[in-house]
Amino acid sequence: MYKLGVMGDRDSIYGFSSVGADIFPVEDPAEGARLLRQIADEYAVLFITEKLAAAMDAELSKYRARTVPAIIPIPGVSGNTGIGMKNVSRSVEQAVGSDILPD
Amino acid sequence: MNVNPTRMELTNLKRKLSTARRGHKLLKDKRDELMRRFMEMVRENKALRKKVEQKIREANAHMALARSVMDDARIEAALMMPMQSAEVEITEKNVMSVMIPVYKTRLNTADGADIYPYGFAFTSSDLDDAVKYLSDILPDLLRLAEVEKSCQLMAAEIEKTRRRVNALEHVMIPQYEETIRYIAMKLEENERGATTRIMKVKDMMLKEAHHYER
Repeated sequence: MYKLGVMGDRDSIYGFSSVGADIFPVEDPAEGARLLRQIADEYAVLFITEKLAAAMDAELSKYRARTVPAIIPIPGVSGNTGIGMKNVSRSVEQAVGSDILPD
Repeated sequence: MNVNPTRMELTNLKRKLSTARRGHKLLKDKRDELMRRFMEMVRENKALRKKVEQKIREANAHMALARSVMDDARIEAALMMPMQSAEVEITEKNVMSVMIPVYKTRLNTADGADIYPYGFAFTSSDLDDAVKYLSDILPDLLRLAEVEKSCQLMAAEIEKTRRRVNALEHVMIPQYEETIRYIAMKLEENERGATTRIMKVKDMMLKEAHHYER
């Protein structure tokens, strides 16, 4: 049985504990990467704030091809940076060769 | 390709060529179908993401309001013991040989209507709103995770398949065709050579036996 997790800066994520997800307050990308390696196998879905996701991009791309975990960027309190959408476009680019879908 | 121009090699190559053509056709079909599914999924992904991001923004706004009237320690204490815990079961669905995940969540809640892990006496109603918002978008968030992961997996598979299709179409198949042509021509040439040789020998024998000159 897998769990739900949320990573990111404290203010953005601690509401999620009320819905049953485990929260991991991290802001430092290196620490985030270390944490991710430890917990990756237990969590089906890890939501991660866009700010942290942007800083850990290289690390996150290692998990793209794996079924578990699904690492999904979500906007944090600092606002929407568009990383999430860019991530989707990246999939399109990989599959088609260029980003053909307008937003 | 570097091969001996023999009949056996020719037969082998012809067999390989027909296999390559069949493989090419199959892979191309696979690629097209994957692409179709992928496009559907990506559209859903984008729509869902837009919706979810909007809702998270709203939830965050409520959270910010709550934080402005309550101090951090109190909020933390209020949220410390969650009423529900989420467990996710993953089953895999096979879409054109890509295993995409399907999540089934089980929320262990004592009472579905009571998601607030705190009494209402010392907390702001904005915190209630934030919690409500978040728990409302949870199904959407999970669906987003499912779709987005599927998109990533399918994108990788499409890329791989596309490479294979291209390799077959532009490298393997032309190479086979060229080699087959080469062997066929070489064999024909040998045959012509043999015929000429026989004619020549016949002339020589005639000349020897009958002093017959052509």
